[in-house]
Amino acid sequence: MYRGREGMWSWVLHRVAGVGIFIFLVAHIVDTSFVGWSADLYNHTVALYRSSIGRIGEIILIGAVLLHAFNGLRIITIDFVPKATRIQRQLFYVVVIVFLAVFIPGAYYLARAMF
Amino acid sequence: MITDRSVPIVTHIKGAAMQVTLRIMRFDPEKDKKPVMKSYKAEVEPTDRVLDALNYVKWYEDGTLAYRRSCAHGICGSDAVIINGVNRLACKTLIQDVGKTITIEPLAGFKVLKDLIVDFEPFFEQYRSVLPYLINNDPKPIKERLQSPEDREKFDDTTKCILCASCTTSCPIYWANPDYVGPSAIVNAHRFIFDSRDQAAAERLDILNTRSGVWRCRTIFNCTEACPREIEVTRAIEDVKRAILYGES
Ligand code: FES
Repeated sequence: MYRGREGMWSWVLHRVAGVGIFIFLVAHIVDTSFVGWSADLYNHTVALYRSSIGRIGEIILIGAVLLHAFNGLRIITIDFVPKATRIQRQLFYVVVIVFLAVFIPGAYYLARAMF
Repeated sequence: MITDRSVPIVTHIKGAAMQVTLRIMRFDPEKDKKPVMKSYKAEVEPTDRVLDALNYVKWYEDGTLAYRRSCAHGICGSDAVIINGVNRLACKTLIQDVGKTITIEPLAGFKVLKDLIVDFEPFFEQYRSVLPYLINNDPKPIKERLQSPEDREKFDDTTKCILCASCTTSCPIYWANPDYVGPSAIVNAHRFIFDSRDQAAAERLDILNTRSGVWRCRTIFNCTEACPREIEVTRAIEDVKRAILYGES
């Protein structure tokens, strides 16, 4: 496999997170639309989200959204600030640090609700 | 007659300082269905280049090994290959920088013709598509076309390209979509788009403002890291994107 560095890994993470968020969004639009024709079916899907597996999925979703958002800001910076290409690697580490700083407390808060 | 040589004659090939293992991806279109990895031993100095190790294999171990090289000094762009997972010129990569086990594969994204030789034709096709030459319809001046040092500076970096394809074949987008014009063609378009003596910038920007143009770039930076001439490839691509966006050149 090609041994790309931070830039390549940030792209892989960005893409995986983006596709994951998209799939969730489609599923979510479908399950919200259930409310229009069957209250039981809707209640059932909401109960699924409240289950432990649903909660874990929620934590992963939050992680994906945060990563995609912060790295998105990095990409916008690279696109519009001419000299930013020279510090793209450092910007990636900033993204990782900010991500962890927001994600860890958030995940802890969500995980607590599970018990 | 020279009796005293202050510099000892180094016998680079036989009886050299160390032994390395070369793992080379071989492919013979007449026999093999798929490429196969084969191992060879080569005797080299730590300060030799990977190209010297390839030469050793070809000259002393297996004469059927096929690879390209011409200048052997990093200027013709013939011998870009994947060395230990990254695109490098074999003639510019020292043994001491890559270790004792060296894996060499042909560039990714092109059709392999034989062993380390790939088909460059699509690459040159994309190069030609961006009009990589000076276009100026003004009457010829008596002497040269003058340019200020500041204007020259704008495209200095992109004049360094040797068309080795290291950047283009390091790009995951290019692997997935060979229609993408690729970093190298954009670098060579940049060379003329930002040249104050040239008059076809708008035409080139139109060519690059298409589905297979600059917008394919996802700022992955593999190209910048692969360039043996240290061109800031991604920066050049971003320059072109902004020129299209802001309608300038
Ligand atoms: S042989 Fe010319 S660039 Fe390496």
